[in-house]
Amino acid sequence: MGRERLFAYAQDDKRGDHRGKVLAAGMTDTIFALASGAGRAGVAVYRLSGPGAGPALAALTGRDLPAPRTAVRARLRDGGGDVIDDGLALWFPAPRSFTGEDVAELHLHGGRAVGRAVAERLLGLGLRPAEAGEFSRRAVVNGKMDLTRAEAVADLVEAETAAQRRQALRQMDGGLESRIEGWRQIVVGALAYVEAAIDFADEGMPGDLMAGVSARVSALAAEIEAALADNRRGERLRDGLHIAILGAPNAGKSSLLNRLAGREAAIVSGIAGTTRDVIEVHLDLGGWPVVVADTAGLRDAAGEIEAEGIRRALARAQAADLKLAVFDGAARPVIDGATRALVDGDAVVVVNKADIAGGGVPATVEGRPALAVSARTGAGIDALVAALEHEVASRLEGGGAPPLTRERHRAAAMECRTALRRFDPAGEIELAAEDLRMAGRALGRITGRIDVEELLDVVFRDFCIGK
Amino acid sequence: MKQDWDRRADVVVIGGGHAGCEAAAAAARMGAATMLVTQRLETLGEMSCNPAIGGLAKGQLVREIDALDGLMGRAIDAAGIQFRILNRSKGPAVQGPRAQADRALYRRAMRRLLDAQAGLELLAGTVEDLVVADGRLAGLVLADGRRIACGAAVVTTGTFLRGLIHCGEKRWPAGRVGDAPSYGLSAALGRLGFPLGRLKTGTPARLDGRTIDWAVLEMQAGDDPPVPFSFLTDRIATPQVSCGITFTNERTHAVIRANLHRAPMYSGQIESVGPRYCPSIEDKVVRFADKDRHQIFLEPEGLDDPTVYPNGVSTSLPAEVQAEMLATIPGLERAAILRPGYAIEYDFVDPRELDHALETRRVRGLFLAGQINGTTGYEEAGGQGLLAGINAARMVAGSPPFVLDRADAYIGVMVDDLVTLGTAEPYRMFTSRAEYRLILRADNADARLTPKGLAAGCVGGERGARFQAKAAALAAARCRLAELTASPTALRRHGLEVNQDGVVRSAWELLAYRGIDLERLAAIWPELGDIGGEVAGQLAIEGGYQGYLARQEAEVRAYRREEELALPADLDYATVGSLSAEVRQKLAAARPASLAAAARIPGITPAALAALLAHVRKRPGNAA
Repeated sequence: MGRERLFAYAQDDKRGDHRGKVLAAGMTDTIFALASGAGRAGVAVYRLSGPGAGPALAALTGRDLPAPRTAVRARLRDGGGDVIDDGLALWFPAPRSFTGEDVAELHLHGGRAVGRAVAERLLGLGLRPAEAGEFSRRAVVNGKMDLTRAEAVADLVEAETAAQRRQALRQMDGGLESRIEGWRQIVVGALAYVEAAIDFADEGMPGDLMAGVSARVSALAAEIEAALADNRRGERLRDGLHIAILGAPNAGKSSLLNRLAGREAAIVSGIAGTTRDVIEVHLDLGGWPVVVADTAGLRDAAGEIEAEGIRRALARAQAADLKLAVFDGAARPVIDGATRALVDGDAVVVVNKADIAGGGVPATVEGRPALAVSARTGAGIDALVAALEHEVASRLEGGGAPPLTRERHRAAAMECRTALRRFDPAGEIELAAEDLRMAGRALGRITGRIDVEELLDVVFRDFCIGK
Repeated sequence: MKQDWDRRADVVVIGGGHAGCEAAAAAARMGAATMLVTQRLETLGEMSCNPAIGGLAKGQLVREIDALDGLMGRAIDAAGIQFRILNRSKGPAVQGPRAQADRALYRRAMRRLLDAQAGLELLAGTVEDLVVADGRLAGLVLADGRRIACGAAVVTTGTFLRGLIHCGEKRWPAGRVGDAPSYGLSAALGRLGFPLGRLKTGTPARLDGRTIDWAVLEMQAGDDPPVPFSFLTDRIATPQVSCGITFTNERTHAVIRANLHRAPMYSGQIESVGPRYCPSIEDKVVRFADKDRHQIFLEPEGLDDPTVYPNGVSTSLPAEVQAEMLATIPGLERAAILRPGYAIEYDFVDPRELDHALETRRVRGLFLAGQINGTTGYEEAGGQGLLAGINAARMVAGSPPFVLDRADAYIGVMVDDLVTLGTAEPYRMFTSRAEYRLILRADNADARLTPKGLAAGCVGGERGARFQAKAAALAAARCRLAELTASPTALRRHGLEVNQDGVVRSAWELLAYRGIDLERLAAIWPELGDIGGEVAGQLAIEGGYQGYLARQEAEVRAYRREEELALPADLDYATVGSLSAEVRQKLAAARPASLAAAARIPGITPAALAALLAHVRKRPGNAA
């Protein structure tokens, strides 16, 4: 037990900052949910967790509990003794289970009728349907994982591309947790020296204590600074990198998007100004998640509605991580001023309608290479995809360290960085200690060492049932 | 049981040390008919170990005791022969007032204060047994057979419970040197089911100052003028003395190493745990083997007493080894030992048996305070005694408990640590134990606690009036500072450089700037010139800390919200789902009063807290 600790600051870890929010439910009841996707499927997995999971499994199968963590074939029966389905049952007694509670899993056939019958039977046995994220929440509550790992479970479930999956897996393995915890240990270590210098001043502490502390604190502040200056790589990888397609009306932006998506996502027509709003398509570009937005054509608008669409397009261009500037190869001049004005280092330039272009296609626009493509024939699209992939990868690919993946990680890291930057080894020592205490608490919030209640609310809000 | 009582009292305090004196006086101030029972009235307020009060964090405790109208601050002000603010080079929140005492003057001052206290009777006697009926304390039995009925009792027996002194291979039962230990009470507590542990502490040899070669020693004087502890003391009248400083050396360490096998802690004769914070010299030599010297303060024990306390060489080596060791130290070559140092082992009660009022959960009306709860130090004992005395009187009067939290006072930090975490070694206060260190300062102890004391009824009229006057002066001065404003240009004209951002700043805001103090501001606004004394001191501190204080106060609000999530005393942890057996056991042992207290128990995960919270919220009548 932690009684050996010399200083009380260790308690700071535990000092919460609860905001008095209400937890969704108690933890003594037993919950169930369909853990696999809904609808008809070859196999549907039902998960049960809580003290009633064992009795429920025994009642369903009409036999003793199977050996732990071993799949056994079982006939499930309803309350009247009729067979519901023939499937597999697994038994994970606490604490060696996903939630840390008694867990049972049923692998059944994925029919709607089967699902209904199973749910009816479980409700009859006193179980209740799980709320969103409740299984992971119980796992956190039981100390099976920290918050970053729990968040990663959600991310993994949501992952649509290989890069997202890799990031989530890594975080689920504790990559981010150990990075944050490493930082926190540095803060705690530095604080130990400062506290010692305060409380044991007359007991002959070495005089150069603060110098060493100061160097460690600056190094950590710089490290956190660098982690924060990653252009929100982790969050962008979670959310997808935003690409805005921009260009003059009828330059073929929507057709280009359709080409990229390989499906009819936007309304494509030959009449200029069809796309008056912003249309988004989620794409997997070589494993990288991107959200491509088609925008209204840029011109001096005719109508009020179109003017609003153009305003939104420009806002989109501002907010986008990457711009796809589309020029009309069949138009004269090819390069329209409104679109050219938006070309910068974050732009990929294409000249569309290469198949009918009458020549005069420039090699570069504003210093960016121009790719000749034809949305209609598909010519040059592979080169465009490769160029986009390259640009996306350069923005999402990071160094070795597991990135911050959520806004709340970033906010806490910034709070920590601010406290560390305020840390002044030459100023009053008790204020220096105060800054370190604050820095440590901020980091503790990321892994969920404190602020339990509020965090749990935030973290589990977006979960889907059964995870 | 036949109730043939010889005497009756509302509150009986057992023990006349620092906890007992505060407990008895506090209960009596609260209006309870109080009786203090101690073995010998002559040793009331005895300083069994070092002749000093205060220090880092401990000084804050004394100011807090004083703010609640306790005795310690006034006693040391009457008896102090050297006052010094420790950590003076650091900020005000971590400075600690300390004073060395003339032991005899201290005892006399304490006795005078006790004698002057209305409603308090001092009784010489040894308590042998506790009478408990229906889980409630009914009275006590003295060794001479007298039976005293009481509504509540505060046990403050220090190191006397089965006390066993070790000096080299020799050992003998004693409460401290020259006093008999107490067995009856220890047995009674054991019988009532209280888990008892053993702790150890030690004290150095006492030297004859007339045989010390002061001429070769570096001398250290106190602060001039000395700063009093008590908010009621205007100035210190006792003559002030200096102490000597010397150091151990390699020869000293060699003597110790050669005789380690004869030190009770190393020979296995003592197995209980001693304080790491106040280690014996043999511990220091073993644990800090690379240090070639350890500092020793030679502190006079009194103005007309030749006894000198060598602070820093606490030891339980055999008497002849102590003599050999001390003779290697500069200035002490020919020093005569008046009394050898020794270690003492004693019983303590697991403080997790107590609630935040220091009342035992096992026996209603039974309060424990001081070393019996596993603490070390006069100040720690005094703070607990005061709180237990107030609460014993309130319990008898049927009033709700008087509780201080971690943001109120160091006393609150200490009690919360003790009753929720327990302790495995003698517990000493440190500033680092306090989360809200910038708020828990010595200068504002009165502002933090005197109003609470007035409301509780433990603060007398004189202090009340003084406090109100100071509080009014502070409020008026704060108001003036907030109202006086100047633009950056105007400030520049006065030679004060701030950002030329056009933002008008108040005199109060300017106090936060390094290098700007009240004196500097008074040069701009002459009307600030008459703010002086304590008020000026406190404003300067608050002004300087203002940014940090605001952040800390926000944390305090969050902490208190959490603290309000009370965990019922009768909570059956077996019925709380999702808790591991280990966590369940820890919670059942500590019985935290609130979710925040539960969070402070080592090994209690945030997860377990969430489960607790969920459980409590589900209970009827707890729809917080």
